Amino acid sequence: MFFEQLLNGITVGSTYALIALGYTMVYGIITLINFAHGEIFMVGAFVGLALTRFLNVNVFLAILGAMATCMLLGIVVERIAYRPLRRSSRLSALISAIGVSIFISTLVQLIRGPQTTNYPASVINNTVYTIGSIHISKLQLIMILVSAGLMIALQLIVKYTKMGKAMRATSQDYDAASLMGININQVISFTFALGSALAAAGGVLVGIYFNAVGPFMGTSAGLKAFAAAVLGGIGSIPGAMLGGLFLGVAEITAIALGKSSYTDAIAFGILFLVLLIKPTGILGRPLQKKV
Amino acid sequence: MDFLFNDYNARIIINIGIYIIMALGLNLITGVTGQLSLGHAAFMSIGAYTSSLLSMKLGLPFGVALLGGSLTAAFFGVLLGFPTLRLTGDYLAMATLGFAEIVRVILTNLEVTGGALGLSPIPYKTTMPLVLISVILIVFAMARIERSRFGRALLAIREDEIAAETMGINTFRYKIVAFALGSFCAGLGGSLYAHFITYINPVDFGFNKSIEILNMVVLGGMGSIPGTILGSVVLTIAPEFLRFVEQYRMLFYGALLVIMMIFRPNGLLGGVNFTDLVLKTFGLKKKKKVNGSSEKEGVK
Repeated sequence: MFFEQLLNGITVGSTYALIALGYTMVYGIITLINFAHGEIFMVGAFVGLALTRFLNVNVFLAILGAMATCMLLGIVVERIAYRPLRRSSRLSALISAIGVSIFISTLVQLIRGPQTTNYPASVINNTVYTIGSIHISKLQLIMILVSAGLMIALQLIVKYTKMGKAMRATSQDYDAASLMGININQVISFTFALGSALAAAGGVLVGIYFNAVGPFMGTSAGLKAFAAAVLGGIGSIPGAMLGGLFLGVAEITAIALGKSSYTDAIAFGILFLVLLIKPTGILGRPLQKKV
Repeated sequence: MDFLFNDYNARIIINIGIYIIMALGLNLITGVTGQLSLGHAAFMSIGAYTSSLLSMKLGLPFGVALLGGSLTAAFFGVLLGFPTLRLTGDYLAMATLGFAEIVRVILTNLEVTGGALGLSPIPYKTTMPLVLISVILIVFAMARIERSRFGRALLAIREDEIAAETMGINTFRYKIVAFALGSFCAGLGGSLYAHFITYINPVDFGFNKSIEILNMVVLGGMGSIPGTILGSVVLTIAPEFLRFVEQYRMLFYGALLVIMMIFRPNGLLGGVNFTDLVLKTFGLKKKKKVNGSSEKEGVK
């Protein structure tokens, strides 16, 4: 029983981690809370839904399609709403990000209607495997494996490619990086594309797992993932993964204890406590105030 | 005077007044002090629920309920401010947002607040003279604050917190006081709102409400009292005329935030000094000779 709940927690947590990575990478580079990130996750879920419903593709193709679409969306959002504000205050950029978030969720609501829809049941034949006393469904297995695979791929990109090196340099010192000949605009676009692709994959997985896709799913999932990113230490990639898993397990524990009406408050309670006790999170670098 | 006694217009004017009070509160926090709060609706809900419970369950007179609601909101403002105002800008925004969500979840789950059904019937007590007097008092108070030593300290914090601290301003204390005053206004607005609509429910005080109030401040001009009033009037009246596009309202709000930030980060009236403007129009004041350095674009 305990292991099964833990497994449920890890399944949910791994999707939070996927979304949290986008927040943490963007924050690491341009110190902006990308408020529209949750909305990109929601759009990803809808693209996956459209692909499976109208083209009957399997789950992996749906994930790839959603990732590609959201990469573009992420780049466009950055181009229109954040790039003109790069040199203005952080308050302006944050307000602009909130504007984008409201715009996208309302637009999807106008197109699709406010009700939630489900993925076709044929997407995954939900076989349940039994290992010893633990039951794990095929869907859970796919969720955990896909999330883990994407996170490993992300680590490889950030650690071993030239672009990844440029990303790390930019997050350490924005101005110095641009003086070294790094094309900052390209790096930022790339970061948004990576983060949005991960969120889209998370969107498709969550959409199938909870069997509900709606225009407002992005806001709460986005906020929870942000809480996970802060918990792990914003700006830190392993931190986001850790924070996501922790949050997932914490939420499932609350449900198992019969306090399900308070689950939404848990993420914010954690966020609140972390901000109070250690605003840099578990793995975050200490903040330095520069004059 | 017929115009004012028309029932429909009276309702709109009361609504505008309530929003002006709340938006001025947020303007003090976000516009003047530069601390982005995304949980203004939470303080509104605290005021609304407290005052309603005071007048419904305890049968206290309206004035006491009003004051009780506002002071409770201010108290929670201080309570939230103490731990969070040490955080920098965007962390504060997220903390206030998290606080607002927690308040909403608690209000939905508590029994005394009626849970998801909300509270009703709240006695109808909010009258137009009362709202107008409150608006005049709040506007007067805000204008006084802006011109006082305290107000200048808040502006200094917005422009550069580290510099302000170096100049001997106790930034933490000033931010707390600003937060408490802003929350007081939200609580007052919420109390008036509850006794005007006579029915409240946690859904009314969600994230969208906070954004609506923020939009009023941003549209008119952050840090400008006339701007905030203009923003509140425009955004309260606009939906009345645009009923047929009601469903596009949030779409418009979203786009408005982005466009304002890119093209006019100071809002429609931001950076306009009204006293100067009036004096200039009547030719009572000579134009400034030095140009350039005094004008700065963008909200810091």
